[in-house]
Amino acid sequence: MAPEQDQPLPAPLLTMSGITKSFPGVRALDGVDLDIVPGEVHCLLGQNGAGKSTLIKVLAGAHQPDEGEVTWRGKTVRPKSPTAAVRLGIATIHQELDLVEHLSVAENVFLGHEIATGGFVRAREARARTAALLTRLGHGEIDPNTLVGALPAAGRQIVSMARALSHEARLIVMDEPSAALGPDEVENLFRIVEALTAEGVAVLYISHRLEEIRRIGDRVTVLKDGRTAARGLPARTTPTRDVVALMTGRDVEYVFPDRPARPAEAAPVLRVEGLAREGEFAPLDLDVRPGEIVGLAGLVGSGRSEILETIYGARRPDAGRVLVDGRPLRPGSVTAAVRAGLGLAPEERKTQGLLLLESVTRNVTLSTLSRFARGGLLDRTRERATAHAAVRELSLRPDDPDRPVRTLSGGNQQKAVLARWLLRDCRVLLLDEPTRGVDVGARAELYALIRRLADAGRAVLLVSSEVPEVLGLADRVLVLREGRVVHTAPARELDEHRVLDLVMEGSTPC
Amino acid sequence: MLSAAPTGKPAREENAPAPPPRRSRSRGLTVDLHHLSLLGVLAVLVVVGAVTVPEQFLSAGNLQLVLTQASVIGVVTVGVTFVIIGGGIDLSVGAIVALASVWATTVATQEFGTAGMLLCTLLVGLGCGLVNGVLVAYGPMVPFIATLAMLASARGLALQISDGKTQVVEVDAVLELGLRDAYVLGVPPLVLIFAAVTLAGWLLLGRTTFGRRTVAVGGNAEAARLAGIDVRRQRLLLYLLSGLCCGIAAFMLIVLTGSGQNTNGNLYELDAIAAAIIGGTLLSGGRGTITGSVLGVLIFTTITNLFALNNLQSDVQQIAKGAIIVAAVLVQHRTTARSEAT
Repeated sequence: MAPEQDQPLPAPLLTMSGITKSFPGVRALDGVDLDIVPGEVHCLLGQNGAGKSTLIKVLAGAHQPDEGEVTWRGKTVRPKSPTAAVRLGIATIHQELDLVEHLSVAENVFLGHEIATGGFVRAREARARTAALLTRLGHGEIDPNTLVGALPAAGRQIVSMARALSHEARLIVMDEPSAALGPDEVENLFRIVEALTAEGVAVLYISHRLEEIRRIGDRVTVLKDGRTAARGLPARTTPTRDVVALMTGRDVEYVFPDRPARPAEAAPVLRVEGLAREGEFAPLDLDVRPGEIVGLAGLVGSGRSEILETIYGARRPDAGRVLVDGRPLRPGSVTAAVRAGLGLAPEERKTQGLLLLESVTRNVTLSTLSRFARGGLLDRTRERATAHAAVRELSLRPDDPDRPVRTLSGGNQQKAVLARWLLRDCRVLLLDEPTRGVDVGARAELYALIRRLADAGRAVLLVSSEVPEVLGLADRVLVLREGRVVHTAPARELDEHRVLDLVMEGSTPC
Repeated sequence: MLSAAPTGKPAREENAPAPPPRRSRSRGLTVDLHHLSLLGVLAVLVVVGAVTVPEQFLSAGNLQLVLTQASVIGVVTVGVTFVIIGGGIDLSVGAIVALASVWATTVATQEFGTAGMLLCTLLVGLGCGLVNGVLVAYGPMVPFIATLAMLASARGLALQISDGKTQVVEVDAVLELGLRDAYVLGVPPLVLIFAAVTLAGWLLLGRTTFGRRTVAVGGNAEAARLAGIDVRRQRLLLYLLSGLCCGIAAFMLIVLTGSGQNTNGNLYELDAIAAAIIGGTLLSGGRGTITGSVLGVLIFTTITNLFALNNLQSDVQQIAKGAIIVAAVLVQHRTTARSEAT
């Protein structure tokens, strides 16, 4: 494979070419190319849904690619499991660190490859080697005997890296390593990355923060819609404009419903005053009027979902209050929020939204059960008929209220959640990633549906990590960065570049 | 009213033409199948009894005995089934039965007559259930630990109150409930109580908002919470219900034995949980039926009876019960997997 740049690069450590991976209904990777040389910090950029996580999982052996070739140190490999990948020398530090809290640092570092003789762990040697690894990472002060549960987030990350090094990894994949760290800790992370690369270890660094990539990155590969949009760009000198341009623009253009001609003018039905949770989001003020869709745009970890859940009472605010029709809600009470007319379609539909074992009917009527009680007993005929009418109105398919909800597709499951709130005549809909796991084809239908719900006089607050979705659907957009609203504007005055600039660079609006 | 045709494959592409509308009753079907297989097991046991010990087993007296024995543990099982479907566990039922039976048979309580004793068993049951419920729902403690603590303390308190002695009932009205004269059309009053509790439990689980919320909380507590259900209150109510059932069972046991004893209800928790599991209740919550649990109780009681009539030792009996639990869960696993694959 010919090097793309004129400057001579060392022989690649890893080459991935033409990698594809499909899941039912979704083509997550559609021909990805990536090459990494020893001792470099290679950055992977891309919007949500671009295929970054799938690519990392292929690399880590957690997914097997459908097509394509992985060449590792000159040999074609197909790691069948995470263990196999680790044996090859590819270690992955996931965002959700996979450490056992009740074990000590040393036990975690050598978990799965304990130093042992005849089944007996040589604990002293493990401790000594852990201490050496920690020193190498510049953190000799961490005691190998400490329980991992007692360490702060930054410390745990160090332990994860020590574990990677204990396998003598040649390539360390870091998935958003700075997301959970404070500024000082990020500096330390950079020092470690530099020390590692100086020893010839390559780092695949995934981050949304362009300034970090400029600081420590050598080359950048950009993914878009499951394909490599650009590979091996110089990290320090490529203009931001170019990078953003590569990340945006889609092959599939979504069809968004028309906005109403005139903006909503009625008094706000939902009002949020100074709502805040320490460490999650700064005091927030927000109004949503009947008929209006307000979008919250921001990266994962920018506090989007936390804001929705706090408004809904599922998290208790540290300050501020939520008013519906001018009446304050009891803080931290979902029951009170639901009674006041709020409804949430949660981010994790399957674990937070649905009773998967139950039928569509039973999922839809969950919040309105008492309405069907006559003399203490449920009128199940009426319950089924009402639920059927509600899901039919949302054209849920197949048209069968007795079907177990788990057999429905993502989009139809979302409709079941929405039908629940329609039955309650809910006034304020909070939608958290409403199209996650929904096929491209079914999205337009959901968008039209959401607009219809708003046109009927409901206030909608929408969270999505897909910028085009927020811009296409919302009337007004609040851009969030690290728990803070950095910009508010009517959706038609914003475009994808501008929003990405704001969430990634945090540049002040002009 | 519905065809039992297997369900079509889940529609993955929403814009693909919708599969022909077929009624999916896979879940209802499995449950029914499970109940049928339980009835089958029961039928086999009856045949075994009719063949090995025909005269004794099929006599009216023996059938009344089996049903009466099933009644006490059956009432406890109904309560436990609710707790398990709601995602919890109650290990303290046997101990609560013991405490309630002892408390209601003290000389002081007996002075208040039948009504006083009944009220006492119910209140003790509810009180223990309240403590369990508060610890689990608002504690918050893991149900296993909270009810294990209740098991230990209730047994201890029962021993303290009774001083380890059998407290004989002197109230004639209570004793007469257990006599043949009190039978209604040949059915002992205790069996009638059991039938009433079963019917009430069946209605409560399947036909009321309380039952539906129980299933929701046990199936997915987070989804239930986000749907606006007061999950903690529901959990509290479930332990109260279980305690109430223990109170009723304690009164039944007093009638049956004519006494109160701190060793009453020994290992009821295990029998009740086993019966519920055999009946198809998921230990992780969210699925189960009263019918299944009651069939589970009847199977267990019939086995006990058969072994006793055939003069077999109780050790063999225990082994057989263990084997049945394993078999039931394995069969259940199969049928669930099959219904989920459709």
